[in-house]
Amino acid sequence: MMLIPCPHCGPRNETEFAYGGQAHVSYPEDPHALDDAAWARHLFYRENPKGLFAERWVHSAGCRRWFNAVRNTITYEVQSVEPIGPRPPGGRPAESTTSEGGHA
Amino acid sequence: MADILFTQGPDELKRAPLAHLHRRLEEVSQSAPSTIRLGERPFTTQIGLRAVPGTAAHRALAGALGVELPARVGEVTGDAADVAVLWLGPDEFLVVAPPERAELVPRLQDALGSEPGQVVDLSANRTIVELGGSAARDVLDKGSPADLHPRVFPAGTAVTTTLGPAAVLLWRTAEDAWRVLPRASFAEYTALWLLDAVREHRLPASDGASDAAPDAAADPASASTPDSREEAAWPATMA
Ligand SMILES: [Zn+2]
Repeated sequence: MMLIPCPHCGPRNETEFAYGGQAHVSYPEDPHALDDAAWARHLFYRENPKGLFAERWVHSAGCRRWFNAVRNTITYEVQSVEPIGPRPPGGRPAESTTSEGGHA
Repeated sequence: MADILFTQGPDELKRAPLAHLHRRLEEVSQSAPSTIRLGERPFTTQIGLRAVPGTAAHRALAGALGVELPARVGEVTGDAADVAVLWLGPDEFLVVAPPERAELVPRLQDALGSEPGQVVDLSANRTIVELGGSAARDVLDKGSPADLHPRVFPAGTAVTTTLGPAAVLLWRTAEDAWRVLPRASFAEYTALWLLDAVREHRLPASDGASDAAPDAAADPASASTPDSREEAAWPATMA
């Protein structure tokens, strides 16, 4: 059982949370410029790193807020968390970005 | 037929979500009151507030309430016996007040005015199951993932969490007094879950002891009190 440190509630049991996948996947700046392959890449392609991964979680049975976390997919250690926002956290590893969309 | 409705006021039409279980909750409280007590506190006034700390809306709501809004997780401001405010999220709070304080709803709505925020009457959303006695924390520890040790969960703390699989607000009002707030549609489930969880802390019903004796003599391995025979039927209704 994991303890996940919600940025609003502190360490709480994993069962109170739901997973939201890779963080910081931005909507395409010019959606009309994308062909089908690029859309598929934006919608469905996600990183699957071995190591640090920036991802979204929601404290669904607690404060009900979304937040970003950097988690080590090998050790499950949560390295950092921060409330949801436009800016990736400082600890975000470069290899966890997607090729499309970029970051605000 | 409509006449029947009009001859009764809203108060006569109210039904507590756990009305059908009051007798069984009361039986627990009578069995070993210092160890475990159960009961329902229905019909409290509950008001959902949304306002970002530091804004005019936040200040206006606290001013109209006469109680500061809690600033962090777990914090409860005000008075559990009168008007209390629970922290639900960074900009979300729940006012819990006695049933006769329904006037707080329009008062807070007026105070908020057109500022960004929200005041919603949630009085029918949750009921309150009260749990008390020296074994109360042991009972809750069976089904709650929250750390209920006094060092992190002292009296005057409340969090949103789960009890068994059901989402509840868990509020410790005193060392040995807790309030569990399930949504009304989960109230029966939560009460039945608690009635099951407290069974080991109940004393065998003394007035039924003589009735239990024949059973015990006939089959010592399944010796049971009249009390446990009565409750044996209900888990099937939960499935
Ligand atoms: Zn939280």
